[in-house]
Amino acid sequence: MTDHLPVLLVVVPLVAAPIAALLNHPRLSWAVAVAATLWALYAALELLSQTMAAGAIHYELGGWAAPYGIEYVVDPLNAWVVVIVTLIGALVAPYARVSVEREITEDRIPLFYAAFILCLTGLLGIAVTGDVFNVFVFLEISSLSAYALIALGSDRRALTASFQYLIMGSVGATFIVIGIGLMYVMTGTLNMADLADRLPEVSGTRTIPVAFTFLTVGITLKLALFPLHLWLPNAYTYAPSAVTAFIASTATKVAVYLLLRFFFTIFGATFSFDVMQLDRILMPLALIAIVAMSLVAIYQENVKRLLAYSSVAQIGYMVLGISFASVLGLTAGILHLFNHALIKGALFMSMGCVMYRVGSVRLERMHGLGRAMPWTMAAFVVGGLSLIGVPLTVGFISKWYLVQAALEQGMWPVAGVVLLGSLLALMYVWKVVEVAYFREADPELEISEAPLSLLAPTWVLVLGNLYFGINASDSVDIATRAAEMLLGALS
Amino acid sequence: MIDTNLVVGICLLLPVLGAILVLILGSRPNVRETATLLIGVLTFWHVWGLLDPLREGARPRLELLEIVPGVQLAFEVEPLGLLFALVASFLWIVTTLYAIGYMRGHHEKNQTRFFFFFAIAIAGAMGVAFSANLFTLFAFYEILTLCTFPLVTHHQTDEARKAGRVYLGILLTTSVAFQLLAIIWTWQLADTVDFTEGGILAGTASNGVLSAILVLFVFGVGKAAVMPFHRWLPAAMVAPTPVSALLHAVAVVKAGVFTVLKVAVYVFGIDLLGTLAATTWLAWVAAATIILASLVAFQKDNLKARLAYSTISQLSYIVLGALLANESGVIGGGMHIAMHAFGKITLFFAAGAVLVVTHEKDISRMHGLGRTMPITFGAFFVGSLSIIGLPPAGGSWSKWFLGMGTLEAGQVGLLAVLMLSSLLGLYYLLEVPVKAFFFRPLDDAHRGKGIKEAPLPSLIAIGITASATVGFFFWPDLWHELMTMVVSGVGQ
Repeated sequence: MTDHLPVLLVVVPLVAAPIAALLNHPRLSWAVAVAATLWALYAALELLSQTMAAGAIHYELGGWAAPYGIEYVVDPLNAWVVVIVTLIGALVAPYARVSVEREITEDRIPLFYAAFILCLTGLLGIAVTGDVFNVFVFLEISSLSAYALIALGSDRRALTASFQYLIMGSVGATFIVIGIGLMYVMTGTLNMADLADRLPEVSGTRTIPVAFTFLTVGITLKLALFPLHLWLPNAYTYAPSAVTAFIASTATKVAVYLLLRFFFTIFGATFSFDVMQLDRILMPLALIAIVAMSLVAIYQENVKRLLAYSSVAQIGYMVLGISFASVLGLTAGILHLFNHALIKGALFMSMGCVMYRVGSVRLERMHGLGRAMPWTMAAFVVGGLSLIGVPLTVGFISKWYLVQAALEQGMWPVAGVVLLGSLLALMYVWKVVEVAYFREADPELEISEAPLSLLAPTWVLVLGNLYFGINASDSVDIATRAAEMLLGALS
Repeated sequence: MIDTNLVVGICLLLPVLGAILVLILGSRPNVRETATLLIGVLTFWHVWGLLDPLREGARPRLELLEIVPGVQLAFEVEPLGLLFALVASFLWIVTTLYAIGYMRGHHEKNQTRFFFFFAIAIAGAMGVAFSANLFTLFAFYEILTLCTFPLVTHHQTDEARKAGRVYLGILLTTSVAFQLLAIIWTWQLADTVDFTEGGILAGTASNGVLSAILVLFVFGVGKAAVMPFHRWLPAAMVAPTPVSALLHAVAVVKAGVFTVLKVAVYVFGIDLLGTLAATTWLAWVAAATIILASLVAFQKDNLKARLAYSTISQLSYIVLGALLANESGVIGGGMHIAMHAFGKITLFFAAGAVLVVTHEKDISRMHGLGRTMPITFGAFFVGSLSIIGLPPAGGSWSKWFLGMGTLEAGQVGLLAVLMLSSLLGLYYLLEVPVKAFFFRPLDDAHRGKGIKEAPLPSLIAIGITASATVGFFFWPDLWHELMTMVVSGVGQ
């Protein structure tokens, strides 16, 4: 069975999704979702250990040899992404039961779980496939189910948020498929490795730069790089809490993975950065994202929206690391993929706890929560410290590598901006802390601590923030391997 | 006999254990405080136990794990760190004793949380003292900042919230924006961040680059309160007095100047430091801080505010000592960590005792109180002498070495600054006991009849630190010996 892991990773959830819908029972559908995510996590960890030990795994779908058939390729980079996605999935699924019962009407709950598993399927598919058209297919699967998930939010604005995301997301997906189509026209192949071989012959033509441009815009829209982030804040704010926690920690991460895959593996760093000078567009946008979006976050009154803007800023960190196109920079970016998933997962989950008890995550409703919900708010504080980048948390490890990468290239001001971002993060995190700990609670409201089934997954992520902040050797090792692979692929 | 390497771990873990005990025993104050005291004594005893191995040339080392490749979470005991650890762990015991009297006498709320974070702060200070590399030091430096935040904002009022903002804002901003940058830069240049005798930066970059790093370090250690990054210290005075005493005379501020000394000696090395362009003008920044803070202290009628500015001024003595880049300067700076800690904590204790008994915060309203509280104000007098640097108090020795250091560095101007500052201190510190002892008591209806001495546990604590302050004048050998060990390793 282990031989078929790459495809089973995707197929098992794909089959589980209709089962969850057909069972049409809140608890049973939930059980299917938990089982599917646990399976995916197991498969992901297994794949990661295999590829770290023995190099890239190639799997031919239906026994059709590449480039004729579709090939799944698992290397340290996407195994890592798959682990991130499944880890968050496996924590969100148990968390969702209580949270979803509160926020979604009962008859829709089975459909919710079906959409949730489908979304997971899509994200995993994007990550493991070695075929660019397959990427597009899975991208649509994950996006369409994400639109549905967001629209399930209890606030009616969730509908417009979902619609906005649908329009923007479809524009992005269309751009991506146009880019893929142009590449296919020029090379006659859709296999990634094959494309990487054949593109250099035709890179002098006008078509390939155009394809490159379409892909750049499409992917950066999907990963919400400033200024293409406009769909994100509303989507994160109005989606059900469990959905926000899941999508915030996975969807944009997979989009960042696509960026890496297309521009390093397929086009190659030389073409992307020397010929097309991608860094000239990515770096300024990343820096603006870090500063501007952090500033916007400071002025938010809704904590989920605050965290959403913070996410756009954090995506800036990842893209900044990538834009250095150096081993250190890529390591920093890939590390932050994982670290930020841990951070934002913990933060959004703690806000889900607040949502569950208080029914709102607006600051004026959170007065005195530090006393009423000590574990929830402690989780927020630790997650927030990690976001700021305090030592012994994962956020610090990301900063450590990012600043190093900037200094390595003598880019002083860039290092300064990275650290400035930390200080801005301090301001918006502390805004929440002050409300929760220094404002008197309304004595008439009796708010108790969130139930264990919400707190336990939240705290697993919180402890992950600390563990991988203290013992980062493994995550750094994997990220470095992935970075070296991406840069070595061209030589 | 336990392995000395393990003793290092024990010294770090004991305060954490104490914190946990405080949480468990929270509902029974007497048991809770007894536990804290016992743990305090045990901690100090273990730290003391490291002294002999150090004299024999051992450097107990404890490596926990590798955080990222090449950077370890590791601890190593060297004389300067031991000096800081001895001071902090001893004064933790005394302050706990004092806090028992103060917190109860003042009917403070949330005492369990208070004693909990107090113990964690000591663990943070121990971590700073024993850290084997810049990374570990930075980690514990930030832990210390964060776990003292709940102490500073203990009252949870609006005033506390604003002060907490200033406190956290300045300390985190400087440490993240400057200190972290300096650390990562050092790591890039030297390929190591381990504290090494003689320094690690020599010959790695040009004078200008190394100067820039030095500037980043000196201003990045916000806890050393070199102007213009000193505002957090007066702001933090909203805290209950025992917090001000331990954290803002000992653990937090001393962690700052300790870091500066440590960086000067073990990252730059005093030989290299003496050749850098920035060293001299940074020394003058410290000198300016000494004078300006003294002048501000002059104008403060609130006793704790005056002590806060006096602290800012005295901290820069130690920074200056490091920047003189010669043996006397470093010896004087290191000794001043101990001398100033004992002297200043006595002053804070006395100020707190006055507050608990009379609810007075302003110096102008303390006229004549010395007659009813002779021990408290007597101790204040002794503490003042030490801060000013007059015999028979320990402070005279550290100031002596600092003065020697300025002369060795050929900076007569800096010597004049030290003298002038002492003269200013003579006025603004001694004004308090003079008014208390020799001025006529205020006729004030508000003032209750039953003014007596401070609560007994507090009084004992004041007595201990005041006696120690005098004792260090006659027996300064321990501190001098430790600091000699620091520079003798460096001077080759």
